[in-house]
Amino acid sequence: MRRTFAIIALALSLAGPALAVEPSEMLKDPAQEARAQAIGRQLRCPVCKTESIEESDADFTRDLRKVVREQIAAGKSDKEVLNFMHDRYGDFILLRPPFKPTTWALWLAPPAILVLGGIFAFFMTRRRPTTPEAAPLTAAEKAEVEALK
Amino acid sequence: MRRLIFIVPILVFVGLTIYFATPLLRGTDPSLIPSPLIDKPVPAFELPPLPGYQKGLSSGDLKGQVQIVNIFASWCIPCRAEAPALMTLKNMNIPIQGINQKDKPADALEYLKELGDPYVSIGMDIDRKVSIDWGAYGAPETFIVDAEGRIRYKQAAPITQDDIDNTIVPLINKLRAGK
Repeated sequence: MRRTFAIIALALSLAGPALAVEPSEMLKDPAQEARAQAIGRQLRCPVCKTESIEESDADFTRDLRKVVREQIAAGKSDKEVLNFMHDRYGDFILLRPPFKPTTWALWLAPPAILVLGGIFAFFMTRRRPTTPEAAPLTAAEKAEVEALK
Repeated sequence: MRRLIFIVPILVFVGLTIYFATPLLRGTDPSLIPSPLIDKPVPAFELPPLPGYQKGLSSGDLKGQVQIVNIFASWCIPCRAEAPALMTLKNMNIPIQGINQKDKPADALEYLKELGDPYVSIGMDIDRKVSIDWGAYGAPETFIVDAEGRIRYKQAAPITQDDIDNTIVPLINKLRAGK
């Protein structure tokens, strides 16, 4: 039983994100195809928003993948392909948007929350008053305890 | 002073409420992507005509007057929904140019026969290359292009009567007045 779980867990941990690229779309040169996939994974699918264009099965996205591959085959650099998409779709298309005033909140919020939370946790754990020693029993209470025995 | 710390979560909550409520109450659709092409010249392109039509569409056709560019397709259901709105615009003497996106020519002709043809001319964008140059990510998409051939407005959703009255016509009047 335990072993079955271990095998399932291992299999799940090894599974990468499923790509929607079909073999017929791929470039013949494996090195170029690898570059196309690396670029595609940095581009956000404008149709489905939460996937990269390599993962999305939307019909429109297939044509975006095609454009990426055509440009790579035509000898464009990675940067040129990314710029091509950025010119047309803006920061939205980049899964790693540039650091600028409109994206400061996006980039800085997670570390800021971590730091603020850390400071808060530090002071809360340090300043927490230790439980005071229990006051000794009074004579009356002692008598009561004796009576219970 | 120590009490103040208990107010912080309430303040954060109020802040988040305002942040999320504003677009909801304004009716902003978060699925729409702002276009970086606004105020830029239209991309250079040249598209062939549908079979039986004299003229396709090219970037040269988009200069000289304020025009609408509409991306449509027979497979696009919201395009059917906005077809009457395009007719309304045509009847207001606003020229509409069509980009027929990734369609089979026969299907596109059938679609125009069924719903009417509001377009001055139509270019066939069979492989979506030109749609991508326009920063489109589907259909229908509508652009307003000024007399100098610059994109001044984009709507990536079907046009409604409300859009015509409150957005499209006021902007076209403004652009026609040369502002």
